[in-house]
Amino acid sequence: MMEEKNSFVRQVAEKKYEYGFTTDVQTEIIEKGLSEEVVRLISAKKGEPDWLLQFRLNAFRYWQTLEPPTWGHLQMPEIDFQDISYYADPTRKKAEEGPKEIDPELMKTFDKLGIPLEERMALSGTAVDAVMDSVSVKTTFREKLQEQGIIFCSISEAVREHPDLVRQYLGSVVPYKDNFYAALNSAVFSDGSFVYIPRGVRCPMELSTYFRINARGTGQFERTLIVCDDNAYVSYLEGCTAPMRDENQLHAAIVEIVVMENAEVKYSTVQNWYPGDAQGKGGVLNLVTKRGHLRGANSRLSWTQVETGSAITWKYPSCVLSGEGSQAEFYSVAVTNNFQQADTGTKMIHIGRNTRSTIISKGISAGHSQNSYRGLVRVASTAEGARNYSSCDSLLLGSSCGAHTFPYMDVHNETAVVEHEATTSKISEDQLFYCNQRGISTEDAVGLIVNGYARDVINKLPMEFAVEAQKLLGVSLEGSVG
Amino acid sequence: MLEIRDLHVSIAGKEILKGVSLTVRDGEVHALMGQNGAGKSTLSNVIVGHPSYEVTQGSITFNGKDLLGMNPEERAHEGIFLSFQQPVEIPGVSMVNFMRAAMNAKRKYQGLEPMAAAEFLKLMREKRKIVELDNKLANRSVNEGFSGGEKKRNEIFQMAMLEPTLSILDETDSGLDVDALRIVAEGFNKLRTPQTSALVITHYQRLLDYLKPDVVHVLIGGQIVKTAGPELALQIEERGFDWIREEAGL
Repeated sequence: MMEEKNSFVRQVAEKKYEYGFTTDVQTEIIEKGLSEEVVRLISAKKGEPDWLLQFRLNAFRYWQTLEPPTWGHLQMPEIDFQDISYYADPTRKKAEEGPKEIDPELMKTFDKLGIPLEERMALSGTAVDAVMDSVSVKTTFREKLQEQGIIFCSISEAVREHPDLVRQYLGSVVPYKDNFYAALNSAVFSDGSFVYIPRGVRCPMELSTYFRINARGTGQFERTLIVCDDNAYVSYLEGCTAPMRDENQLHAAIVEIVVMENAEVKYSTVQNWYPGDAQGKGGVLNLVTKRGHLRGANSRLSWTQVETGSAITWKYPSCVLSGEGSQAEFYSVAVTNNFQQADTGTKMIHIGRNTRSTIISKGISAGHSQNSYRGLVRVASTAEGARNYSSCDSLLLGSSCGAHTFPYMDVHNETAVVEHEATTSKISEDQLFYCNQRGISTEDAVGLIVNGYARDVINKLPMEFAVEAQKLLGVSLEGSVG
Repeated sequence: MLEIRDLHVSIAGKEILKGVSLTVRDGEVHALMGQNGAGKSTLSNVIVGHPSYEVTQGSITFNGKDLLGMNPEERAHEGIFLSFQQPVEIPGVSMVNFMRAAMNAKRKYQGLEPMAAAEFLKLMREKRKIVELDNKLANRSVNEGFSGGEKKRNEIFQMAMLEPTLSILDETDSGLDVDALRIVAEGFNKLRTPQTSALVITHYQRLLDYLKPDVVHVLIGGQIVKTAGPELALQIEERGFDWIREEAGL
């Protein structure tokens, strides 16, 4: 039995990562290093107005006064911020006149990733903004959406074409002073998506952004801003992949969401950045600040995330519930295998009266990985009648991995009801053998059990994503049991 | 069908089975009786390939194939089914998904396409009736929150779905009241054909009243010490095991 247990744990074989290829495309990469000149250069390349340059410079100067946070339950490698290139443009062709054309290689890459950029080939009902490295390659269905006044484009274009909207909301949910990586992102952010849903409009299709890191030695600094005006609705999806590389790559993003009165935003992520190899070499450092502001009364925001990739995930999609009666949800499945580390969770800040939040977190740890849930529920004195329900479950595969829960509660209104539940379970040998005896292989049995465990969260994803996420859970844990 | 020759089995270095030989032919039901600790469950676990047991000597063949060289899934695909003494709960995995995975794994092994969803659900409905398992149970997670009797009925239901040629019933009667025992046993009998065989492990005659074994074996101290017809089970019911022990010179 003992020996069997050991082999169960030992056979943490290298898992498959299907998206590890690189694209051979002419990419303009600026010199490594970070300085005011670099910030000015990025801004100039994008042809930005002065107010945005000043925003970047302020953020940069503030960032210089900060130290990286160390409170995460993470063994973070030291990042040399001068050894990273902050801008890589794969769409730029040498000495070319006129508008940029998309290199067919880029189209092929996104096809290979299952993200066709030809509108006629696209998944029905999904518009895509495809971002590689620092630049948005293409946004589909823009004209069709425009008919209803919906703006869906890269944030760089939004700065040019809708400067007032961007200026009004950029940094209004995540100020550059928020934290170390937020300040860094605000200084050097490259591309991401901008979404504006006008009053009373229900966005007729899923909007999605697909992020791809390709160039070596570069960081990706996604910046996404979603504004959903009164009585409007949008469902937004985000997917991420990167090539397999021996060195760590940095993805430091900010996502800001503003939800007005009676509006609803659903934000779903399937994060599958390259997680590093079975020995823990390489992988993306995913250091992300995502936050939504439920400004209007009865506004609703739900975050759903399936996190299977990245060497390190440091991410807390959060909600500030200001509007009276606003409702926020956070559904998360975080899988770690081999030497991956995740410190992820959410913050629910209740400010308005009768605000409600729900947190459902499912951590799955295998191999030598460390998986932490970290969550804050804060109820301000003004949040009369606020309610929160949190449920944090951990599932362990093998005994060399770790699962941790760090729930923080800070309640300043005595009418608030805050509930927290947590469980830890393990896939037992008896369960696996029972499946084996019925003819189900161990790998398939783990897939069944894990998908069953994560079902409550997966069910919150839009259909196509749910299917993909289910497959991904199986693949991510491949080889995690003997 | 099943041929066990001079089987020696250890667990954690301790020898439990000390030279067991047993032959089950097509269509036969064999009962395996004996007191706790005699090695009955060890034998059934070894046949299905439980990884905790080490075979130190001997052989098991199934329809002429070497069973000991196969992993548990392959043994299942070849047609061996174990009704567990204590079926484990698998929270979050619905019976439907579980059975579908099992069924399609077997079909893949046989070179068949996965069964269409509608056809599969229809089959589930039919087979459920055999053990009077209600719809709600079939939609719940595997064994989760099932009573003892429901778990055993669920085992026979799975047997009905997978249509094994050799079924091993490991104390399927334990913890069952009279009615549940009847449902389980009658369900089992409905599934019998001239090509299917069974090895029934039990302490009691009452299950055998229904199942009517062709051969009864008594296992004592890791060895089969007596093999006879169905009358042996009745004698054990009356007189216990001591006389067999004495007869065997133990």
